[in-house]
Amino acid sequence: MMRVGPFEIERRPDPPLTWILGVSLLAILAAMAMSGVIFWSYGVDPLRAYGVIIRGTLFNAKALPEVVRFAIPMLLAGVGLVLAFRALFWNIGAEGQILAGATAATWVALFSPVPDALKLPMMFIAGFVGGALWGFIPALLKLRLAVNDVISTLMMNYIALYLVSWLVHGPWKGPEMRGFAFTNEFPPAAQIPLIAGTRIHWITLVLGIALALGVAFVLARTRLGFEIRVQGESSDAARYAGIDPMRTTLLVMLFAGGAAGLAGVGEVGGIHHRLLDPNQISLGFGYAAIIVAWLARGSPVAAILTSLFLGFIFTSGDVMKVALQMPARVTDVFNGLILFWLIGSERLLFYRVRWAPGRAVREPLPVGGAGADPGPPGISGGDQ
Amino acid sequence: MEEWVVNTFIRGLALGTPLLWAALGEIYAERSGVVNLGVEGMMILGAFSAFALAQTTANPLLGLLIAAGAGAAAALLHAFVTITLRANQYVSGLALTMLGLGLSALLGRRWEGLPLLDTLPEVSAFTYLSLLLAVLLWFVLYHTRWGIVIRSAGEAPAAVDTLGVNVALVRYLAVIFGGALAGVGGGFLSVAYRPSWTEGMTNGLGWIAIAIAIFASWDPLRAVAGAFLFGALFHLSFRLQTWVAPEPLQMMPFAFTIVVLALTARRGGRAQGAPAALGLPYVRGER
Repeated sequence: MMRVGPFEIERRPDPPLTWILGVSLLAILAAMAMSGVIFWSYGVDPLRAYGVIIRGTLFNAKALPEVVRFAIPMLLAGVGLVLAFRALFWNIGAEGQILAGATAATWVALFSPVPDALKLPMMFIAGFVGGALWGFIPALLKLRLAVNDVISTLMMNYIALYLVSWLVHGPWKGPEMRGFAFTNEFPPAAQIPLIAGTRIHWITLVLGIALALGVAFVLARTRLGFEIRVQGESSDAARYAGIDPMRTTLLVMLFAGGAAGLAGVGEVGGIHHRLLDPNQISLGFGYAAIIVAWLARGSPVAAILTSLFLGFIFTSGDVMKVALQMPARVTDVFNGLILFWLIGSERLLFYRVRWAPGRAVREPLPVGGAGADPGPPGISGGDQ
Repeated sequence: MEEWVVNTFIRGLALGTPLLWAALGEIYAERSGVVNLGVEGMMILGAFSAFALAQTTANPLLGLLIAAGAGAAAALLHAFVTITLRANQYVSGLALTMLGLGLSALLGRRWEGLPLLDTLPEVSAFTYLSLLLAVLLWFVLYHTRWGIVIRSAGEAPAAVDTLGVNVALVRYLAVIFGGALAGVGGGFLSVAYRPSWTEGMTNGLGWIAIAIAIFASWDPLRAVAGAFLFGALFHLSFRLQTWVAPEPLQMMPFAFTIVVLALTARRGGRAQGAPAALGLPYVRGER
């Protein structure tokens, strides 16, 4: 415990939910305020920018479905990342896993002899497998050869990016597309149905919500979930409990990659109906999913809410692009600042400030490691 | 053929230079115990600020100087969040990369497509200066008291703390120094290697620089070899486009990074030569 003037500051290992929400909200507001300063230096009046965002999103009937549309890929990738981060695997490769899923689904849609009735289910299965494979490689490399997971997953992103780019410029370039670097359009049977008047491909959305609930169940109620939680909290404890890190990590990364792969299926099957420039398939959803997972603080169900929030950020980015002619990268400014404020305010979560003027310090000094903060639930620093 | 080889070598030196600066910076930061995954972000901020200043003052060297400042300022943010606030180093670095890419794209928009009046040559005295810098940094790291202090902060922070060394200060300085070098590396891209400014022009070089730091076993001299090897590889991926489609070639350096990491990594255990306290915040009295 510490005294600063009339305030007492004390540690609390288990902050209440309201406090977590409050601090997170404050962090987001601070990030928004700071983005305003950046808009101002770009030459856009921040108040006008926020006005445009609020009018373009909250008071626009077309904007709300867009929030959901953007939330879908980040929910799927984010749920996978929640699981990966809890098992202490630093999967920064959701972006590449999304592209791998999109590529696999495109193959099914355009080049496989699958009958029409089975096209969509096969696309989802192939997309899952494609993404899972993309996540499996770095996992195996880490477990077998101690290859740094951050770097390998990132490199896999670039490999996927150039792979897709090569396919759409070369072998898969559609003859019907008048020289554009697209594949041909998917046949109707390979297009994921939309909710009328929106771009919400609802099958993918349902899949995302089901996976979030499923992962929550697995984590809380099954032996595998127990093993993942133990491994995430202490690798020593995991070893003593006879947990095989090889098995849990591989399973986790197969799932995380697969979930991101499903997001890719949704993008090509539900939105674009073709494979195209990789930077248009995923607008950085794989990186934004890291924020989804981090904001959700280890809870797959919370990822439903946090992905909606990130969906709001992407919709705002769209609004600013159209109304204020700002570059699409403006979402990166939001995302970077939000992430900074979130992790910067994490310390605050585990302390309580109390107004206690004139009270003498009577409590005995705490015994043992005073600074041993538990960190956010389920997520702690990894070593390299 | 001979000319071809010489050409590859020279171009390898040219693109190896920014990689070397960024990798050397990361080596110093990581040797002190702090991973900074924001190299890509610091490089792009360096590239943008160098271009902007070189464009207005027609002085590319001044551009490199401001790039160092921009990289250092970005690194200071990372240092504050990870050392003082003890936040997760990986996430903070990723945030820095996002912020750097976003900020430079936003502020750099009106600079896109503008010409530079005066540029630095790709291979010049600056290239040899970079080699000299690597040797100097190697010497400092292994043969001076400063080097011992930096390495100890990354290996055994609690031990140097008891010897009266301010671990937080050492880490702050190493991270900021690393950021300045990454900034210069980025600046070199926009005023010398490809004198222009386009958003996202670092295009993954920052991540390759981090990989070079790892498979160079955090040794500045080995990083020289890694940087120029990758420089040559990037050049080849451009040159071979006469015969092969560009995309598989552009993919090559990134795939090669994974291969090199897999070949140089030790079976099981942590990567060879990694500082023992890498990635761990240091709190006095803990452990």
